[in-house]
Amino acid sequence: MSETAEHTGHHIDVKQFHPRAQAAIHNPKIRKNFRSAMDGLMSKRKTAFEGWDLETLRDLGANVRLRALANLPDLLEQLEKKLTENGIKVHWAVDGDEACRIVRDICKARDAKTVIKGKSMVSEEMELNHYLEEQGIEALESDLGEYIVQLADETPSHIIMPAIHKNTGEISQLLHDKTGTDLSNDVEYLTASARLQLREKFMNADVGVSGVNFAVAETGTLCLVENEGNGRMTTTVPKCHIAVTGIEKVVPSMEDVSALLALLTRSATGQHITTYFNMISGPRKAEELDGPEEVHLVLVDNGRSSIYQDDELLDTLRCIRCGACMNHCPVYTRVGGHAYGTTYPGPIGKILMPHLIGLDEGRHLPSASSLCGACGEVCPVKIPIPDLLVRLRQESVDGDKLHPAKVRGHGAKRSSMEAMIWKGWAWMHASPGIYRFGTGAASKFRVLQPSKAGAWTDYRTAPKLAAKTLHQRMKERGQ
Amino acid sequence: MSSRETILQRLRNRTGGELTVPECDFSVLVRDDWSIKERIERFEKMIESVHGEVHHCTEDMWMDRLAEVLNTRGARNLLIPKQHEIGRALRDAGRDDLPELLIYDEPIESWQAHLFNEVDASITSTRGGIAETGSLILWPNDDEPRLMSLVPPVHIAVLRASELYTTFHEAMQAQNWAAGMPTNALLISGPSKTADIEQTLAYGVHGPKELIVLMIE
Repeated sequence: MSETAEHTGHHIDVKQFHPRAQAAIHNPKIRKNFRSAMDGLMSKRKTAFEGWDLETLRDLGANVRLRALANLPDLLEQLEKKLTENGIKVHWAVDGDEACRIVRDICKARDAKTVIKGKSMVSEEMELNHYLEEQGIEALESDLGEYIVQLADETPSHIIMPAIHKNTGEISQLLHDKTGTDLSNDVEYLTASARLQLREKFMNADVGVSGVNFAVAETGTLCLVENEGNGRMTTTVPKCHIAVTGIEKVVPSMEDVSALLALLTRSATGQHITTYFNMISGPRKAEELDGPEEVHLVLVDNGRSSIYQDDELLDTLRCIRCGACMNHCPVYTRVGGHAYGTTYPGPIGKILMPHLIGLDEGRHLPSASSLCGACGEVCPVKIPIPDLLVRLRQESVDGDKLHPAKVRGHGAKRSSMEAMIWKGWAWMHASPGIYRFGTGAASKFRVLQPSKAGAWTDYRTAPKLAAKTLHQRMKERGQ
Repeated sequence: MSSRETILQRLRNRTGGELTVPECDFSVLVRDDWSIKERIERFEKMIESVHGEVHHCTEDMWMDRLAEVLNTRGARNLLIPKQHEIGRALRDAGRDDLPELLIYDEPIESWQAHLFNEVDASITSTRGGIAETGSLILWPNDDEPRLMSLVPPVHIAVLRASELYTTFHEAMQAQNWAAGMPTNALLISGPSKTADIEQTLAYGVHGPKELIVLMIE
């Protein structure tokens, strides 16, 4: 993280999860905004999959992703070859900083002063906007939600609906303060104002930056899923289009895309399909009358190749960024996206961010879960999120110095007291005599058991020890 | 070592075990062959559910319907393709109930402001449609450039009912997309929309506010 932090005065301290979560839980506005939004999204998703054999479809989604990951290096090379043939320039970046520099260099070479952006979570991960601003290049978000979040100088609180934490009144006030629109609760009016402001920007932007939902190796095609049309504007109007994406987004063929697209939009927002599915396979040809003259793809690693090393953690890379896991997460719904302090919030953030920022920074993330399993049940590509949370919890307290650490910051949460207690626990359970003595003594002196047990009993009654141990009762029954 | 080599080498020399390549069975995406009537009904239902409009037309009267649609909206002009038969037919018809016909025959750079500020409607052809999701397939080219279906506030698309596929999976197989894709291909399923302000739907946020399909049966 030290490297990535060089241009990010903006960073939220991820370690402060608990105070932020506490504050969010006691903020009725956040509770209400998220509760109603997530309830809506859950029911829309359910309706959208009616008539589908969802389990089989999810199996296909998982297999398509696993097949792509199994051939990842070959597919990336094939993608690069095909894109190059099509006239798209491919760049590789080991981390967010390098990716930022690549984008800057392309901009500088074109003497670009303004960049218009379509929605891209990888660019959020890179903190591209702040970097470009420091380089004297204006970067403006064009997705309405991202535009709102940028005007408020905030970060997205949801990966699909960035401004979900704000209600209409707050957005109206913000647009009024920052852009001079009238105060109004009429969403049509607010949207139309943003359209006017952004159309001007599209026409004048030198470069368009977008993300990628799927990169197809066979045909050299970059696929973008969107509803607003800002993604099409961003990738069509400016003379130069730069797409940024994580290296895991590549799939072999368009057929794979048909399966993932069927899952993505229904899982994300309960839509059968989005308004636009935009497939870009090259810059403007000589005879064409619009489209960018230059198209670039920046393939960003930023920790992904480390995740790729481990057979279990690798499943994290299946993710297609639909957000269904957060929509169904009881923790996310209560604390909202900002409490996490990470680019990706919710369950996927809890298993992905520790790799990007290290377990030392993200030590509270894997524990910020009740392990209820809802995320794993709705994941369209069947990522075993709860298993991965448990694995990362282990990694965060593991004291094994002999084995190479799989995750940066491995063992960051280890406390010698806790380790000693578990050692004692294990020793007691492995020694029948000690076990009988210990449990017998605990039953005998059970009146001494305290009725309070810290935070645990704030909302619960402490369990009472039985008068006799299970062993004693079985003995009495003669078994 | 370049970043490219660093990344590829890390991926190739992974420490975990051999990764198995699972079989992918796409049959779950295949729908029983819907009749043309079922496809039309489903397409209409789906696209109307997202605020699109379908007008059933015949070869003989689609232009009448188009004129009606444009007149009710008070469109001052209509952007048409130059070469495609739709454009030719409109120019040749010489009708006085149609607004001014515009042709996109210059690079965008020379008339961008005009396209963004002055053009009220456009009409394009399609390469078919997808019944299951209510989607239009467009492959923009030099005759019908990319921005034609995006910038004007009203986009009218001509779809032949005989070119309605059941699913996206079927359409891409039938049209052999694997053999090569154009510089830009699109699925369009309704007018531009957003729900970014408190999940309230609003249309025409960046692209067209209205999508009108003239379905020729």
